[in-house]
Amino acid sequence: MTQLALVIDLNVCVGCQACVTSCKEWNTSGAAGTMSDERPYDADPSGTFFNRVQTFEVGEFPDTETVHFPKSCLHCEDPPCVPVCPTGASYKRPEDGIVLVDYDKCIGCKYCSWACPYGARELDEKQKVMKKCTLCVDRIYDAALPERDRRPACVMACPTSARLFGDIHDPSSAVSIAIRESGGYPLMPEWGTHPANHYLPRRKTRLRIHDDELERADNPLKIDSQLPKPAQSEPSLDDVTSW
Amino acid sequence: MRPAFSVVLLTTLIGLGQGLFLALFTAQSYALFDLLPRQDLHTFYAYGSLLALAFLAAGLAASFFHLGRPERAWRSAAQWRSSWLSREVIVLPLFMAVVLVYGIAHWAGGGPALIVLPSGIGIDVTVLAGVLGTLLGFLLFVCTGMIYACLRFLPEWHSPLTVINYILLGGASGFTLASLFASVAAPGLSGFFGGWAIIITLLGATGRAASLLRNSRLAPRSVLQTAIGIKHPKIAQKSQGFTGESFNTREFFHGRSAALFSSVKWFFLAAAFVLPVALLAAALASTAAAHLLAAAFLVQYCGLLAERWFFFAQASHPQNLYYQTAS
Ligand code: SF4
Ligand code: SF4
Repeated sequence: MTQLALVIDLNVCVGCQACVTSCKEWNTSGAAGTMSDERPYDADPSGTFFNRVQTFEVGEFPDTETVHFPKSCLHCEDPPCVPVCPTGASYKRPEDGIVLVDYDKCIGCKYCSWACPYGARELDEKQKVMKKCTLCVDRIYDAALPERDRRPACVMACPTSARLFGDIHDPSSAVSIAIRESGGYPLMPEWGTHPANHYLPRRKTRLRIHDDELERADNPLKIDSQLPKPAQSEPSLDDVTSW
Repeated sequence: MRPAFSVVLLTTLIGLGQGLFLALFTAQSYALFDLLPRQDLHTFYAYGSLLALAFLAAGLAASFFHLGRPERAWRSAAQWRSSWLSREVIVLPLFMAVVLVYGIAHWAGGGPALIVLPSGIGIDVTVLAGVLGTLLGFLLFVCTGMIYACLRFLPEWHSPLTVINYILLGGASGFTLASLFASVAAPGLSGFFGGWAIIITLLGATGRAASLLRNSRLAPRSVLQTAIGIKHPKIAQKSQGFTGESFNTREFFHGRSAALFSSVKWFFLAAAFVLPVALLAAALASTAAAHLLAAAFLVQYCGLLAERWFFFAQASHPQNLYYQTAS
């Protein structure tokens, strides 16, 4: 069985909001109708979004880290929002695990949003139906698009490649490898919803440089010595500064 | 959560209708087994059912204001296998239909006995409809209560006390109304209903106090650390991702001051339980009971509106962890 999902690397997300705007642009232009905004240019704007990037400060000044945290529907493997829906408008696709809302069936009762612990669903104030991330279901299967574009709009937009997309049930997919090897974790595991989307934790990224990395110890063809040898203090990327 | 006035009205009004119907049929059953003097009360039961039906219909009408797309409401009967909301949507009209049949059967004078029990008690259409209506009435209470009690993310609701309190509070208001109605239409029964109203109100007070006590001791299961998966003990939100508001900031916060919140609690404890019991007791002891009963009914209904507001406002949703700071 396939379970499509996003894996979001908190170590590289810079909080630029590119995924937020790209998501809104793609999904507001789609066949399902606009994601409406209320008073967009006033002092108290409000609008429907599938994806939000939030910012948290971890630690105590001066030892703090800023963590940018993108949040959208996690396409839970055991989605509590689906069984509560009285109309069947909310459903989980068996073929790829995407949780969707049928906007033609939804009566806007908001019950599903109460049953989602993550606040991933938003009622559209104009259409009065429940909306949420679709994993860009209208583009990832679009055979008219080149293969490399058949990915969610947020993934395409991310300048730091913080967002990976794929099948987490396929052990050899990039997302499964990332979850397995980079400590991927789900949100609020205490509720047993088994979110398909995972997050990769922050990592310490320190670069250790040894002498032999500045000056090649093996120097097999003795080429290095023929060049003007830079002083130890000079920048030493050998292909760039050495001649 | 933000209490929606339509849902506050829906749950209190249908509770009242259900309670009234249960009260009517309780009296009829008592009379059937000669525990109350037998009188010809068909008109009383017929008008009583009409009154119950009116409250149920008003509740149903209120519920439509909660929907974004009321014209599609019929679709909500589809998922009765998994959704308590869907089950409520089915049981409410069924119950209303049975109450209507019960009322019409009484209006027509009850009809001949269809079955005669060995003890010589005749079972006619009104009794059959009454038994069916009682079952559906309780089922409807269970459905309404379970809509809230089944949501495990809202610990304040996720308890059998939620269902028990829906039954008891609906029953209490229904019996109070029955007592008021009987004081005008069948004075002999007013005391019977009033006595039960006091008992059920006291039971309701116990159930509600138990849930208040339980809720005051709840510890949230989700914290910011599990919400974003970072184990550090000190985490503060700096931005929720937007400066204005959104569905998430409107729907899940009641937005009232702590002072108002706690005064609503004391108000409903007084108005839904203490005052009605005092007024009902005074009415049982006095001769000019109708005014006291009318006061008891109105005060209790206002109290129950406040109780329902508080019920919604008190539930704190884990999604709120993600929406703490606008900046
Ligand atoms: S994140 Fe929320 S809306 Fe999405 S599948 Fe899980 S419970 Fe449902
Ligand atoms: S708001 Fe729509 S999708 Fe959500 S539970 Fe109600 S009908 Fe289903």
